[in-house]
Amino acid sequence: MADFLQLIISGTATGAIYALCALGFTLLWQASGTINFAQGEFVMLPAFVMLFFINTAGLPLWLAFLLTCLVAMLLLGYTFKRVIVDPLIRHGVIPMVIATLGLSIGVKQLTKAGVTAQAMPFNSPFPDGLLALGDFKVSYADIGTLLMAGLIVIGLQLFLNRTVTGRAMQAVAQNTDAAKVLGINVQRMVLYVFLINAVLAVVAALLVTPTYLAKFDMGESIGLKAFYAAIIGGFNQTRGALLGGVLVGVLENLTGAYISPAYKEGVALLLFLVVIIFRPEGLLGKAEERKV
Amino acid sequence: MNNAQKIGLVVLLALYAILPLFLKNYGIYLMTLLCVYLMAAFGLNLIVGYAGQMSIGQAAFYGIGAYIAGILMVKMGISFWLVLPIAAVACFAIGLALGFPALRVQHHYLAFATLGFNVLVFLVMRNEEQLTGGTFGISNIPRPSLFGWSLDGALPFFYFAFASVIILALVLWWLLRSPWGRAFAALRDNPIRAESTGVNITAYTLLAFAIGAACAGIGGVYLAALVNFIEPGQFHLSVSLMMLLAVIVGGSGRFFGPVLGSVVVILLPEWLRFLQDWYLAIFGFAVIVLMVFLPGGLLSLADRFKARGGAK
Repeated sequence: MADFLQLIISGTATGAIYALCALGFTLLWQASGTINFAQGEFVMLPAFVMLFFINTAGLPLWLAFLLTCLVAMLLLGYTFKRVIVDPLIRHGVIPMVIATLGLSIGVKQLTKAGVTAQAMPFNSPFPDGLLALGDFKVSYADIGTLLMAGLIVIGLQLFLNRTVTGRAMQAVAQNTDAAKVLGINVQRMVLYVFLINAVLAVVAALLVTPTYLAKFDMGESIGLKAFYAAIIGGFNQTRGALLGGVLVGVLENLTGAYISPAYKEGVALLLFLVVIIFRPEGLLGKAEERKV
Repeated sequence: MNNAQKIGLVVLLALYAILPLFLKNYGIYLMTLLCVYLMAAFGLNLIVGYAGQMSIGQAAFYGIGAYIAGILMVKMGISFWLVLPIAAVACFAIGLALGFPALRVQHHYLAFATLGFNVLVFLVMRNEEQLTGGTFGISNIPRPSLFGWSLDGALPFFYFAFASVIILALVLWWLLRSPWGRAFAALRDNPIRAESTGVNITAYTLLAFAIGAACAGIGGVYLAALVNFIEPGQFHLSVSLMMLLAVIVGGSGRFFGPVLGSVVVILLPEWLRFLQDWYLAIFGFAVIVLMVFLPGGLLSLADRFKARGGAK
């Protein structure tokens, strides 16, 4: 029983990281109709930027993290929106998907060719070791991950629901035209969403890289899990991404332990396929109306 | 197609047929691989370019075809000629089974379902060792013979694959020219209007998806015979993504779009070998530039020039 509980907790911690990526993913979709297939590379790139600040510039982790947030907001938020999303949004969903696929391949290979093809170690922001409560043990890394992801999510929810800017962003997501009529600066709100997505990716990078190691292709797996999570929970629901992320993380852990490590991602994958086929709006999502 | 274009096409095909005579084995192999890859890419173009659906799982069907060939030919000794229709029908049926539930709902769900399907198929190929050989794959897949001629040599197999892809292309060409095929254009341009004129969207799209899957299955059988060895890595999700990019970069919805796109992803990296990993990096960013300035793909460049000339 203690084993089972431990698997659930460490799965939830991994799932919380997926949830952060999935959250950015759904926010981008709601605010601008962007499906970002480079979401995994949006986690990989900050990992390398942080490593550069720590190893080459010799900065402490917290400063490296803050600087990386700035770099990511500029590069993965502002530049991504202005250079790729803005010119493409009028062409529809398919060219956008293709362009982000191109971005994913481009960034990945650029890192491989220009930086390194090796996996680079990355120190955890949390202390090593286990917290033991009788039979029940849980690692500090898992506790730290859950706390940090939880704080970020709660902070984001408060921002979206309690501040004027946050509510304006939700209005844009629900109905862009109506928001414009009400005098909301739509472009600015969409930009905020891109900036938030960039920061979420940096946080995910900080939490996941100690276990995944910084490698040019680390984003493939994270991007895929975030994608599953977003769809399972519901593409148009922020809460859905959280539920989806945790479900994917926990199922992965349980499958790996009780069924077969080779099929670790199999059950989450099956859940993903079942959701697409039987409940396409996601577990928590609402069905979208078809527009002529 | 006007006469000048027809002559151009025949000349290009003749050149492609003559070129291998002057190449070493590796060059012939690459030219054969292009033919084989094109079978799957033509199928994908039917799905993406004509039926307007995103499929991110073409490599799964390519792989199912190849593994059917590997398992039936190597382990059970069944002839290539029997395996070919089996693989085509199996991929067609799996395409129907996967596409039917996914297409009932919004259209981009087929993209998600095919993506998941590709990952699932990869996992099965890698883990079900008894059936698929796991990471070691299946080796010693034989090449077929035709009317008693052995196609074991590099050149005979090239001509066999070359002739096969031309036949496949002719069948697809005929299919798209038929009234059935013309409904696609209507579908892609305005699905709701097409439905109001009596085109059954779901049935047409589903059939296009299943036929596209069957093409990939056929391509997979040829691939298995060409390389004699298959393993899961050849059918990873990234292969599907690359094939999708190939079709769109070439010009989706244009009959010869996949040809140009396949040259860009199969032959060009070999010529530009000195670029190593930089080739894909440049390719990735070039795709973004292309989508911003020429979302119709490289082949739409000709139309753009024509439109400009006409305006003068």
